Amino acid sequence: MVTLHFLPYTEIENLSGVGRIRKLLSLAKQNKIVLLQGRLRKEEEAELIKTTMEEINKEFKGIELAVINPSQTSTDGLQKLKYDVMGLLFGDTQGLTIIGPSTIVKNIKKDPTKIELLTQEAKKKRK
Amino acid sequence: MLKKLKSFFKEYVWNFGPRQNFKLGLYGPPNSGKTTLANKICIDWLGEEMGTSSPIPHETREVNIKEKISIKAKDGRELLFNLVDTPGIATKIDYEDFMKTGMSAGKAKKRAREATKGVIESIKWLDEVDTVLVVLDATQDPYSQVNVTIIGNLAARNIPVLIVANKVDLRKSSLKRIQSAFPQYEVIGISAKYGKNIEGFYNKLFELAGR
Repeated sequence: MVTLHFLPYTEIENLSGVGRIRKLLSLAKQNKIVLLQGRLRKEEEAELIKTTMEEINKEFKGIELAVINPSQTSTDGLQKLKYDVMGLLFGDTQGLTIIGPSTIVKNIKKDPTKIELLTQEAKKKRK
Repeated sequence: MLKKLKSFFKEYVWNFGPRQNFKLGLYGPPNSGKTTLANKICIDWLGEEMGTSSPIPHETREVNIKEKISIKAKDGRELLFNLVDTPGIATKIDYEDFMKTGMSAGKAKKRAREATKGVIESIKWLDEVDTVLVVLDATQDPYSQVNVTIIGNLAARNIPVLIVANKVDLRKSSLKRIQSAFPQYEVIGISAKYGKNIEGFYNKLFELAGR
């Protein structure tokens, strides 16, 4: 069985960079697929990969990670401007981040406007 | 007199050209051909290889540096840099994947341990490099989050980037796919293994160093 855990941005908003990473990794290590509202900062994404590597052991083999950022996926100039302005106003709450343990999530494909999540157990595509 | 003029020219005039003596990092996911490209550069300009490459991922598990590589353009320009070949960045490492290649459990576990340390080293080195070549396998999906994270982190640090779409000699490769994934970056298609478009690559390197 696959557990999806929705994490509103408000739950990580006031945490430090390290705190955010710890929270996300802790959920992934409980074999949950985390759907985070919004996204991490670029430096935090790199730090998440680094911390993941530090925590790899017999049971935990790493994560699959994907981020959809509406500003980057917009092809229309006006639409991009709109999302950029929203990004300025609302910070990193825009978009969606998916993090899952690699023992459960086989692959995450980005199209880039949609995300396909392929799990190890059921090997079924979810959108 | 001629020598003095030459050295004066080099010291005071040449400095307005491309940056010199900078750290050129090779970044990318595992098996994209970073070490193959590093070897091609080193063989072309130093006459010796830099490291070993392998079809098994995570062959490079430590940051390797080759100092004082000097490349020359046809018009006489020179570029001096230290080449930093980094281990491939990944979000997961499973020793059982190495065992599928015929490796013993002991060796696979050791390789996995070293590979995790290698990824950590690569990320730490993001703060050390001056200019970066992001080497991507042109036969693979360019939208992977590792690619986006590497490029995003370089942009956040204002580090000049050239995306190298490697393995364009392979039928499955698509330069366009990489260009459309990263439209704001310059992308050059090469085959580091066979030296395809390597002259074009060196020309782009001069442009990159000038930024």
